[in-house]
Amino acid sequence: MKPKTIVEKIWERHVVHEEQGKPNLLYIDLHLVHEVTSPQAFEGLRMNGRKVRRPDLTYATVDHNVPTKHRNVISDEVSKKQMTTLQQNCKEFGIPLADINHPDQGIVHVIGPQLGLTQPGKTIVCGDSHTSTHGAFGALAFGIGTSEVEHVLATQTIWQAKPKTMQVKVNGTLGLGVTAKDLILAIIAKFGVKVGTGYVMEYTGEAIRNLSMEERMTVCNMSIEAGARAGLISPDQTTYEFLKGKRYVPEGDAYLEAVEKWEEFATDEGAVYDRTIEIDAAEIEPQVTWGTNPSMGGPVSGQVPDPSHYEKQNDRAAIAQALDYMGLAPGTPIESITIDHVFIGSCTNARLSDLRAAAEVVKGRKVHSNVNAIVVPGSQSVKSAAEAEGLDKIFTEAGFEWRSAGCSMCLAMNDDVLMPGDRCASTSNRNFEGRQGNGARTHLVSPAMAAAAAIAGHFVDVRTFSNNPVFS
Amino acid sequence: MEAIRKHKGLVCPLNRVNVDTDQIIPKQFLKRIERQGFGQFLFYHWRFDNDGNKRADFILNEPVYEQASILIAGDNFGCGSSREHAPWALLDYGFKVIIAPSFADIFYNNSMKNGILLVKLAEDQVEELLERAKNGRYALTVDLEEQTVKDEDGFNAAFDIDPYQKKLLLNGWDEISLTLQLEDKINAFEEKVKN
Repeated sequence: MKPKTIVEKIWERHVVHEEQGKPNLLYIDLHLVHEVTSPQAFEGLRMNGRKVRRPDLTYATVDHNVPTKHRNVISDEVSKKQMTTLQQNCKEFGIPLADINHPDQGIVHVIGPQLGLTQPGKTIVCGDSHTSTHGAFGALAFGIGTSEVEHVLATQTIWQAKPKTMQVKVNGTLGLGVTAKDLILAIIAKFGVKVGTGYVMEYTGEAIRNLSMEERMTVCNMSIEAGARAGLISPDQTTYEFLKGKRYVPEGDAYLEAVEKWEEFATDEGAVYDRTIEIDAAEIEPQVTWGTNPSMGGPVSGQVPDPSHYEKQNDRAAIAQALDYMGLAPGTPIESITIDHVFIGSCTNARLSDLRAAAEVVKGRKVHSNVNAIVVPGSQSVKSAAEAEGLDKIFTEAGFEWRSAGCSMCLAMNDDVLMPGDRCASTSNRNFEGRQGNGARTHLVSPAMAAAAAIAGHFVDVRTFSNNPVFS
Repeated sequence: MEAIRKHKGLVCPLNRVNVDTDQIIPKQFLKRIERQGFGQFLFYHWRFDNDGNKRADFILNEPVYEQASILIAGDNFGCGSSREHAPWALLDYGFKVIIAPSFADIFYNNSMKNGILLVKLAEDQVEELLERAKNGRYALTVDLEEQTVKDEDGFNAAFDIDPYQKKLLLNGWDEISLTLQLEDKINAFEEKVKN
């Protein structure tokens, strides 16, 4: 039999209907819903007298708008309305909801995996571009718009043209102190923000196999920043071990049967991709972005580039605009850039291992006097687990604020908004203009690098700054 | 959605690459639960300063481009978030057609589902259009049926579009109604998976 990629295998098992001259009609196994991209979809159902076809395959939470400080004080009436609208819609259409005071509440891409809703071989959609996160489990997971949300609610299917496949091969192993975040930022810096447009990216290679599930989620999460709607990793023992015992994962013999089924999805030896790109893991240093899209970044040991060194007029203009917005001069060493804020959070980097990595750097030290630093766990259960280990104490004793779960300052839709000119070291995924507040300047980094910057007041190479004896 | 067959309109040249959906419509405007009324927030922080006054140096604010219904932009337009508020804002503001060398995947789908025609042309053709539009009043005719973009001074470019997307746009069909005609097939699929 012809060897197949995981994407081909998942695809062919989900085609409901195919017809000449049309995309395929694809079945959706899991539809995650949040408050921002769903109200107009539910309204559309109501206007047409339609029902939600499979509320049992749908799961909702509030994350984008929720306050992270005073949990039930929502000063913005419009935000409040959006959250109560989701409550009403879930009640009316029978959809399970992890609401603001529910112990399972959290960022939708953090709670799906944590509950075991995310599983290998599934098709998963959500009205959010970072749905690619779930690809870490060998699921085909991608973001959709509100019209498509309505379509999936009504039909549990979606029209999709078969995507092209791209292998992103990461050779060798990552160096000490170099994280999954640095890996994905380095991939985007090398290949650009549109390399994945029209493709599903599959990450392969030794460095990927060595990553934990949480690290794999960080990598897949940012596939969209390289233009790919979906990014995934073939499932393996690491995947199955992670899922064992999760609430929505079968137990006992049923678990073993599920694992057998999951194993079949992994890409076959010799499968052919439409395109392959490669990167050497050993070359990668801790990364810091300096510009206004995620490809505008590089190693912490580097400098802010000079637009005049670029050949294409478009590149020169884009970099000059970015540096103007970021308030940075060409040639500035990255390590000399001072910061005012640190944000540790988001669907990219707010899982337990991320908080542990940051806490390890912070332990016994103090946040620099010029810096405001906050930690926003990815879910309420990540928060409790971190508190059980005493991580909250490490952060608060150092001067960080310890918050409740939500998207928070990643997109600054709630009250966690920066002021014009503020400069932030952020573990989130986008450094677009105004992302963290109008006029605010975002530098994307790993949790350990963000923690180190919080202490130093400027960017530093965490490998020479860490508390961890392995570095000394 | 409204059908689109042929559109003649004035052009606004937005000469920037990688225009992301956070610029098209910033997050503070995503809290509303309606589909309408987002046009006033389009490119908000590029159009308005911190006091809410129009920025003179942003192209959309130049009087000559005020009536534009065709936007020309650089590569990778619409990258970033999946917010459908971005096409809602463009449409509500008055844009019916966007021309660029490439579009981000999610934005492309979202726009098509709202009846905005996205036209991909080669980079040099887009540059030519940006050039022709930069000095003021400039009109284009975009014909979806024959898949062409033309002006009155000899510019004539053909574009590709997926035949299914084209059919949806030409007819302004509601995709959910079409899919529900296949309900038997969805039932059959669910039965098969259960067993």
